[in-house]
Amino acid sequence: MTPVHLSARRRSGLSFLAVVGAGLAILFGAPHLVGTYGLVQLTLFAAVAIFALSQGFVWGFAGIMSFGQAAFLGLGAYAYAVAAIDMGDSTVPVLISVAVPMLFAAALGYFMFYGRISDAYIGVITLTVSVILFQLTNATSGSQYHIGQAELGGFNGMPSVPPINVPGMPDDQLDQTGIWYVAMGSLVVVYAFLRALLASRFGRVVVAIRENETRAQLIGYDPRLYKLLSFTVSAGIAGLAGCIYVNWGGFISPTVFALSMSAQVIIFVLVGGLGTLLGPILGAVLIQGLINAAGGQSAVDPNLGLGIILVAFVLLIPQGLLPTARALLARAGSRKEPARAAAETARPLAAQPLAPETRR
Amino acid sequence: MTATRPGAAPLRPLLQATDVSMRFGGVKAVDSVNFTLGEVELRCLIGPNGAGKSTFFKMLTGQLKPSSGQIRLRDADITGAHPHEIARAGVGIKTQVPNVFNALTVRENVFIGAARRTSVKRADAIVDEMLVRLRLTSIASLAVGQLAHGQRQWVEIATVLAGEPELVLLDEPAAGMTQDEVHRTAELIGEINKTHALIVVEHDMPFIRLIAKTVTVFNQGRILMEDDVGRVLADQRVRDVYLGKQAA
Ligand SMILES: Nc1ncnc2c1ncn2[C@@H]1O[C@H](COP(=O)(O)OP(=O)(O)O)[C@@H](O)[C@H]1O
Ligand SMILES: [Mg+2]
Repeated sequence: MTPVHLSARRRSGLSFLAVVGAGLAILFGAPHLVGTYGLVQLTLFAAVAIFALSQGFVWGFAGIMSFGQAAFLGLGAYAYAVAAIDMGDSTVPVLISVAVPMLFAAALGYFMFYGRISDAYIGVITLTVSVILFQLTNATSGSQYHIGQAELGGFNGMPSVPPINVPGMPDDQLDQTGIWYVAMGSLVVVYAFLRALLASRFGRVVVAIRENETRAQLIGYDPRLYKLLSFTVSAGIAGLAGCIYVNWGGFISPTVFALSMSAQVIIFVLVGGLGTLLGPILGAVLIQGLINAAGGQSAVDPNLGLGIILVAFVLLIPQGLLPTARALLARAGSRKEPARAAAETARPLAAQPLAPETRR
Repeated sequence: MTATRPGAAPLRPLLQATDVSMRFGGVKAVDSVNFTLGEVELRCLIGPNGAGKSTFFKMLTGQLKPSSGQIRLRDADITGAHPHEIARAGVGIKTQVPNVFNALTVRENVFIGAARRTSVKRADAIVDEMLVRLRLTSIASLAVGQLAHGQRQWVEIATVLAGEPELVLLDEPAAGMTQDEVHRTAELIGEINKTHALIVVEHDMPFIRLIAKTVTVFNQGRILMEDDVGRVLADQRVRDVYLGKQAA
């Protein structure tokens, strides 16, 4: 192994430890620093950050234009809500909130990837599926629409969903601080999981397929399988975000499936940096913070504001926050490895659908 | 191996294409081709642009399903199989337009080639060996997208060889290379041929003279002739085909 290779690997290890360390510091520090109200806000940030990771992984690394991630967020949220109401104890419902979107994604993904649906149509299909789920749940008003004891409630949604309890003890429900630990802990775990996945042989092949599907095939990898697995994993992560989202609000409505949810998470990823993991987290926190702030005033329509921010970003910082910051740091620094830095900034560009030579 | 006459197949060929055709609408890009390659044989494929050489390679590797005919790799019928299945059966290809992982480094590219068959640890060892063999060590951590055409070709060849294929297809490997690089490529083909079978498509006649034993000539989708390199290059029909194309 060459020294350059080692140092790149070591640097990647250090950045991993730094991010996880910062995450743990926030996890255990926040309850001492902010009040309950602040903690509730931070819990929402953690939920949307996990959601952003699911989009950042499937789009930025696997190169799959999954533009209806809200479908999996919503399925996870509803699956948790229904199962928690029906089962009492929340332990299995949490697992169900991850499993249901994964099964759904596996079925949808099999149809898309093994049916040789083109990239652009995958965007259309995933988006359409989320809209269909929105319409379906919207149409479930009335007591005849129930799963077990859980009434789906149409556009009003499901009020008073029981929060997560200590495993095996349904009466020992977590308070808002407890939910915070679950939410932020999940974010750290999901981040670490994706870093490990991307460092593994599987993850490296996934990125290679994003770069050049033909080449990957010609050396013996089946892109359909790798895409199906990536898509399914991302759905599980979005489902977990949905589960935490219900726990944050204590209720759920069809708006989790809304087009605006899918659009927001795309914006999180674009703003933070396509092809990175930390970027989507930062983008989610930044934009969600702005949305929250916008909600408290009435001068600007929040959706209009979001649109303006997106356009500004695409024009001014097309690479997103994190890759741009990295490139600036690399330039300001000792110029030790200019080539490697250039390689990293090239990554998000290559992930764009029509990068020359990388796609058929 | 001595010159193989058309139709005189070795006892148990490595690759055998029987009556293979590829039609694109009305165009017959490959027209009833019969082609046989022995174990550890080196074959050169020449012919003017548009003769159907790349299309033939695409059928051998599963990128195109033949309109008709059959392709066998040893005892297995691989006609119309998926590219990844054919790759797993032991066929590697460097395509005419380089197919590489642009945003990945040289090392990462070769690793992907090596990691399909073995553990990550063993793959890392294969990568190191391959980087040395193809003289890529000094640029191992550069992104392949930034490299010159000749270097990209070598990265692609290294990626293919790292998968340890039994049959290596090279589609115009010397194109866009400097004189030195062309010589190195010829040497490399000789090295690979000690253990592997190869089919090399090339236009560069001096290069063909350097490496070839048996040459198959494609013209308008058909095999014009197949013989020892000396006889092929001296043949009037072959000269006409090339000169005719150049004049056109
Ligand atoms: N995908 C395709 N669709 C239609 N025609 C094609 C396609 N690929 C190749 N051809 C045609 O088939 C013929 C053979 O092309 P090719 O195999 O690339 O030739 P060579 O590699 O010998 O230069 C050419 O006439 C070319 O235009
Ligand atoms: Mg060609």
